[in-house]
Amino acid sequence: MNFAKTAYSVASVALTAFALIGPGTAHAQTALDDVMKAKEIKIAIPTDFPPYGFVGTDLKPQGLDIDMGLYIGQKLGAKVELVPVTSANRIAYLQTKKADLVISTLGKNPDREKVIDFTAAYSPFFQAVFAAKTVSIKSFADLTGKSVGVTRGAIEDQELTKLAPAGVDIKRFEDNNATVSSFIAGQVQAIATGASVAGNMMAKNPQLGTEYKLLLKDSPNFIGVAKGEDKLRLKVNEIIAEGKKSGDIDKMAMKWLGRPAGDLPQ
Amino acid sequence: MRIDLDFLAVLSQWPLLLKGVGWTLALTVISATIGVMVGVACAWSRANGPVWLKWVVGSYVELVRNTPFIVQLFFIYFGLPAAGLKLSPEVASIIAMVVNLSAYATEIIRAGIEATPKGQIEAAMSLALNRMQTFTRVVLPPALKKVWPAMVSQIIIVMLGSAVCGQISTEELSYAANLIQSRNFRAFEAFIVATLIYLVLSMAVRHLLNWLGPRFLWGR
Repeated sequence: MNFAKTAYSVASVALTAFALIGPGTAHAQTALDDVMKAKEIKIAIPTDFPPYGFVGTDLKPQGLDIDMGLYIGQKLGAKVELVPVTSANRIAYLQTKKADLVISTLGKNPDREKVIDFTAAYSPFFQAVFAAKTVSIKSFADLTGKSVGVTRGAIEDQELTKLAPAGVDIKRFEDNNATVSSFIAGQVQAIATGASVAGNMMAKNPQLGTEYKLLLKDSPNFIGVAKGEDKLRLKVNEIIAEGKKSGDIDKMAMKWLGRPAGDLPQ
Repeated sequence: MRIDLDFLAVLSQWPLLLKGVGWTLALTVISATIGVMVGVACAWSRANGPVWLKWVVGSYVELVRNTPFIVQLFFIYFGLPAAGLKLSPEVASIIAMVVNLSAYATEIIRAGIEATPKGQIEAAMSLALNRMQTFTRVVLPPALKKVWPAMVSQIIIVMLGSAVCGQISTEELSYAANLIQSRNFRAFEAFIVATLIYLVLSMAVRHLLNWLGPRFLWGR
């Protein structure tokens, strides 16, 4: 077949596809009504992020984020359908309505606020750079010439990209498991990740002698809702506020993180 | 559901995309070149080699063709460091692609070799060509010509398969698309752009290989 002809027919098929997708029906603020009607809520949760979300020996997801999701479902009187997501694809799940809520150690930043909305914070979190004790890293300048593994698209990726000088070899991996594997295998000298992932990794691999090096960001977790779903967002805020007052949120943090939730931003 | 498409948000990241295209092409060119050469050697071994070599190459082919590419890639990148061999993501990707393509190329080229009429080989022998000359001048060129369309398809499959090399942080095209969508959350646009680029790359590579084959591998 003629090359130009093939390219032309492909392009016209693609254009037709866009034309069909383009002018869909507008719909806003119906998520809460839909949930209440179906008595079911789809909640995106992590499965690679202990203790926030991981798969237990019974192959069922568990963790702080899963408990929070079930808690919200219970308060709404809706059955919870857990949707496993990764750091890289969780926002897309919300945008394409594959999930009503994202409870997946989601930090708040201006870029994300442009595309989705956030509820009040529900649990504490921070990101940092970790490396072996034998590697001397006292400031971001010390990272120059070293390789640092990070999960692509996560908050720590954005912070590290901002803070690291030009000479740092940042290696971005698809999910936390790959990032941690690359550090354990010695493919990268340092790892930028959340405190919980690092804590879990250090507990399982004491031979690496990993320690905390540099703080990237203190970032409590928020629940993501699709842009403009204010009714759902306010309802979830109500549930979070009640949970804070009744001590349920602190109880969850105690159970999974070993410390109370503390002061969380609205 | 209304979808607003903003291609500018993705296309404004063209340096990342360009780098991605560069790596995807580089991975493909290197692995195709080495892969076809190894494939020819292995195909010869399987068709004419000594029994022990047939057995070794046969096991290699079966092992590679019956396991997923991404598992081979992870084994090389995450597994080999345990044996003391640390490779950069790019080198690990190239090795994985060569190992993968060679196994398929072996079987494709072997099919061509075994389709050579026996009389043709006997004729070559009667002209006092030795076994090596017979293979490189009489058997291989028409064999390659016969199986070239299948070979080109396999090379393109491996090129498209290189999309998973982004998993180990090789900065190829899918990695670029993923990085862009994780920064600006324009997932739909990023993957549409990546899809179209892959489509163009595949068609271009197919045409290039169809042009190269007759000129350099078996003569017109």
